[in-house]
Amino acid sequence: MTGDPTLNAVLHAFCPMHVQIDGTGHITGCGDTLQKCRPGQDLRGQRFLEVFELSRPRKVMSMAALLDRAGSRLHMQFRAPPCTSMIGVAVPMPDGGALVNLSPGISVIDAVRDYALTGTDFAVTDLTVEMLFLVEANAAAMEASRHLNLRLQGAKIAAEEQAFTDTLTGLKNRRALDHVMARLSSAETAFALMHLDLDFFKAVNDTLGHAAGDHVLQQVARRMVQETRDRDTVARVGGDEFVLILNDIDDRRRLAAVARRLIDRLEEPIPFAGEACRVSASIGIALSSQRPDGQIEKLMDDADAALYAAKSAGRADFRFCERRGDPSFHDDLSAANDRREPASRGSQLRPR
Amino acid sequence: MHGLVNRAVQTFVCHTYGAERWATIAGAAGLDVPDFEAMLVYEDRHTHAVLDALRRELNRDLNDILEDLGTYLVSHPEVARLRRLLRFSGVTYLEFLHSLDDLPVRARLAVSDLHLPDLVLREHATGEFSLTVGPGIPGFGSVMMGILRAMADDYGALAFLEYHGRSQCRDVISIRLVDVSHAEGRQFELGTPAG
Repeated sequence: MTGDPTLNAVLHAFCPMHVQIDGTGHITGCGDTLQKCRPGQDLRGQRFLEVFELSRPRKVMSMAALLDRAGSRLHMQFRAPPCTSMIGVAVPMPDGGALVNLSPGISVIDAVRDYALTGTDFAVTDLTVEMLFLVEANAAAMEASRHLNLRLQGAKIAAEEQAFTDTLTGLKNRRALDHVMARLSSAETAFALMHLDLDFFKAVNDTLGHAAGDHVLQQVARRMVQETRDRDTVARVGGDEFVLILNDIDDRRRLAAVARRLIDRLEEPIPFAGEACRVSASIGIALSSQRPDGQIEKLMDDADAALYAAKSAGRADFRFCERRGDPSFHDDLSAANDRREPASRGSQLRPR
Repeated sequence: MHGLVNRAVQTFVCHTYGAERWATIAGAAGLDVPDFEAMLVYEDRHTHAVLDALRRELNRDLNDILEDLGTYLVSHPEVARLRRLLRFSGVTYLEFLHSLDDLPVRARLAVSDLHLPDLVLREHATGEFSLTVGPGIPGFGSVMMGILRAMADDYGALAFLEYHGRSQCRDVISIRLVDVSHAEGRQFELGTPAG
């Protein structure tokens, strides 16, 4: 069909993926790049429709059908693996055959890898190589951006944790407590708030020094965490002041047991540099159910008042907040005054 | 200065002289964080301070150091990516040279806020070229010297390069291409291996 050497030279330079087909549907010639896609088999002499399966716009089963689709976009793929998809267009030739120009289209990224194509395999004016450059360059830039994002995210989490953590004890700080309180105020569940103040801590600080004081605070923090559950909150809100939020508890007996156990644990001597540091704690307890009006922020004041009452009563003790009209006012008194109640009795709290 | 430029200096120092040396240089340059992010943009003074600290720490001519940096960017296995991207510019070293004028455009296509200095290649006689490197990045001419040398090796071409110094903020490099296929050169396939 193309005995014309000039036309052949043009085809090889401009269309390295072209196929020349004769009137019987056999391949009489093709571009070097297309031949490179079928290593080890000469495409010449094979039937075009046996090498390619033409699927869209509709199945093409014969040479006549192929010529029928001349000038329009064809979708096909190699019948033998790798079954690279191709797009192409056919032009009828005077001898009854056709000239088809092909391109891997969007499959080009797989094609260059599958067939180890190089820059010389594409026509000089073909933008495929530029496109591949862009794909690779963008992938590199995206990866760098992704790394940056991951590092920024890590730094953000660390900064937030730091902002919500008391650096000496590792407990939550006041800011974190505010967040927890805000969350609880919109939740429906009952909880108890304990305001805990260490007793005799100043004596430790004054006689054994700040290092001993810091050590005591750390040990006290550890014990409080041990005596509460994962879902509870323990925060250090001042020098030797702590707030505990115990979730899903409305039972005074259980709370009394927890408070008693906390005080007992904190009273255990804390060894430091050959000395035994001894502190205790006073606790004021307020229940969210005492504020049915939803004024959660007032709960802090309630617990504060109860703490003051405990301190006034001689320290190393706990008190519930007593509000006028509380239905369980008298039960509270009995629970609160039930001083040396064993830690396990009536308590469903599992220390972590 | 774009983080990619600063990051290039950092990785070059770390891979060539070690992370401790980099920490010393970053400290001498007064960097708050001794780590440049490739995708952020930094004030130019940081780049100048780092280059100054680098020159003092290594006690070498800055142009020589920057030429090594250019070579490193193309030939070190840890940064194979840039070498690949450069190889997209042409099938032969000659084509690569003739595409140098497009390099800033290519860089901007990849990273839109990365502005490389203008590059102008002139052919004075067959195989005799000069490359003029415009202003914008201090010492970029020396970096280009290293890149051109390493890319000649990569293509298997034999080329002699000479740095003609700086005038009016422009560096001029003369290139004499002796043999385009002097050696085998490294293979370059358009596709990257899967995975």
